[in-house]
Amino acid sequence: MFAPFILALRAAGVPASITEYLALLRAMKEGVAGFSVDDFYHLSRAALVKDERHLDRFDRVFGEIFKGLESPTGEAPRELPAEWLRKIAEKTLTPEEMAQIEALGGFDALMEALKKRLEEQKGRHQGGSKWIGTAGTSPFGAYGYNPEGVRIGQEESRHRRATKVWDQRTFRDLDEDEALSSRNMKVALRRLRRFARTGAATELDIPGTIGATARNGGSLDLHMVPERHNAVKVLLLMDIGGSMDDHIRICQELFTAARSEFKHLEFWYFHNCPYERVWRTNRRRSETERPMMELMRTYGPDWRLVFVGDATMGPYEIIQPGGSVEHWNEESGEVWMNRLTRHFRKAAWLNPIDKDHWRYTQSISIMQRLMENRMHPLTLAGLESMARELAR
Amino acid sequence: MAQFKGTDTYVASRELEVAVNAAVALQRPLLVKGEPGTGKTVLAHEIAAALGYPLIEWHVKSTTKAQQGLYEYDAVSRLRDGQLGDPRVHDIANYIVRGKLWDAFEADAPVVLLIDEIDKADIEFPNDLLLELDRMQFFVYETRKTIAAKHRPVVIITSNNEKELPDAFLRRCFFHYIRFPDRETMEMIVKAHYPEIRQDLLREALNVFFDIRQVNELKKKPATSELLDWLKLLTIEDMPPEALRSSDAKTAIPPLYGALLKNEQDVHLFERLAFLARRRGG
Ligand SMILES: Nc1ncnc2c1ncn2[C@@H]1O[C@H](COP(=O)(O)OP(=O)(O)O)[C@@H](O)[C@H]1O
Ligand SMILES: [Mg+2]
Repeated sequence: MFAPFILALRAAGVPASITEYLALLRAMKEGVAGFSVDDFYHLSRAALVKDERHLDRFDRVFGEIFKGLESPTGEAPRELPAEWLRKIAEKTLTPEEMAQIEALGGFDALMEALKKRLEEQKGRHQGGSKWIGTAGTSPFGAYGYNPEGVRIGQEESRHRRATKVWDQRTFRDLDEDEALSSRNMKVALRRLRRFARTGAATELDIPGTIGATARNGGSLDLHMVPERHNAVKVLLLMDIGGSMDDHIRICQELFTAARSEFKHLEFWYFHNCPYERVWRTNRRRSETERPMMELMRTYGPDWRLVFVGDATMGPYEIIQPGGSVEHWNEESGEVWMNRLTRHFRKAAWLNPIDKDHWRYTQSISIMQRLMENRMHPLTLAGLESMARELAR
Repeated sequence: MAQFKGTDTYVASRELEVAVNAAVALQRPLLVKGEPGTGKTVLAHEIAAALGYPLIEWHVKSTTKAQQGLYEYDAVSRLRDGQLGDPRVHDIANYIVRGKLWDAFEADAPVVLLIDEIDKADIEFPNDLLLELDRMQFFVYETRKTIAAKHRPVVIITSNNEKELPDAFLRRCFFHYIRFPDRETMEMIVKAHYPEIRQDLLREALNVFFDIRQVNELKKKPATSELLDWLKLLTIEDMPPEALRSSDAKTAIPPLYGALLKNEQDVHLFERLAFLARRRGG
């Protein structure tokens, strides 16, 4: 039981650990779940999944693994087989099992092997000798789970199915890719932090108190200072209304999730290249438009300006007056870019396009020059270098 | 061991019961996530009631520090007392201010400890509490005393999902995500609060409520608390169910909508949608 379930979860991108697995086994022993399969499903989910975005993956793996519990007619049993339950209940990791894992090169090597195996199985119909869990023919069968019980990759039994909770896939819409997660994003953006003391004086100013007390001939003269707060203000200008929309949505979410890292965070939109107007809500563009000049009056030079965009367009859209594809711009994008970078001395550009391709697109090169080489790829590393840059 | 189950006043799914009972049995924290208004905070009250334990509540704010949950040393008062010659000054213990974890650890009987909205605090906040929650003890440097839990409290941690929590922290918890209630569940929740409510009014009101939640542009979609408030107003005003019927979200503004839409922008959005729909319709 141990290996297949947890390994399949990990292969599916649910980062369940042995600690959590042991917690599940202990909860089984304590009788938390009773004997019903549904309860076992709820319990293992509460023990092994810690992020709602992974719930759907869990459901899929659970479904796969527990096909072995079904009767030949495809009906899911309502109760866990007693024999199987006894096995789980007896089981914590024995020294032999640990040794077995080690012999296979450790947990991670096992994972790798499993992943390959799973890939080989994709698209196949019938179980071959490499099917995971086919007792005896694969190292994964060696983990002593009950062969009549649980297995991964058992071929489909065609005729079913009574609806099972995990087959309803109710969490499907919560799953999303998380290469740039809000946590690692936030950690990256922390470099931006600038602390300042503002607000009510709530903290004891120790050097101040000592100095004043000494001057007072030793009788105490307390001095307080405001607590340190992060004072970073960020202005995001984002390219919207085309190929960029998906990136923009993600980016906006990520920055919003990291909102607590800033004192202020403001979003404005442009299309392709910044010109004389920006807007706040793309759906209601004309109602929410504002002159760029006004933006520069509203947000002082202490704001950090971050553009997000692919900077991919015709070069004339940047360098020529009237070059914009959607309106007549009196002054070129270049003029506006220069104005912005002169006003906001701390500025950076995030570009979702793979950095290796930048030099093949003329407009990116132009923008990179206008940004004085402060363009960064929209990746974790890129964010980190941007944050370092803006913190300087 | 008493088991947690839904009650007359709190509707709990079987999956929630299992998660709670696992956390209680294994004495590990239960992390509960979900949209605002899905009953996370109330859950801790219900668990305490079901187990017959007192509840200690720690409501986290953006400025809350992990240390405040353990204790704080009030050096300023001590200095001041020293200056004034107060005899209390000789015992440092007089200036140690206990936090909620301390209260929970020193309680003579087991308690439920609610750490509410943990995601509000600094990103390192959960990490800073990891060891204390794991070992259920901490050390007070000023008095050189270890405060260890007499009884491991049942720890319920809620999060509104704004931030991700560190892995090391998550591995120690059981986890439950409360989905926004479907119509059937919502009906049960409403009846748990207003057992006397007229069925036809409830039906129309739920139609309107779930219609409004379909409007994706809303900044803050109304949730359970808003629905409950609204129903209460409708009942007080003795609103006839027919008055709700025409108000499908796209055509008109439902009566007493102020209880459902708390945000000014959302109200405007709504008025505009209604206006447009009327023009198109008429
Ligand atoms: N399952 C439920 N059963 C009964 N009442 C509920 C339930 N879920 C939410 N409520 C009600 O909804 C309101 C909001 O709940 P609360 O615990 O404050 O939500 P959260 O902490 O998730 O934001 C409360 O009035 C609560 O009684
Ligand atoms: Mg709450």
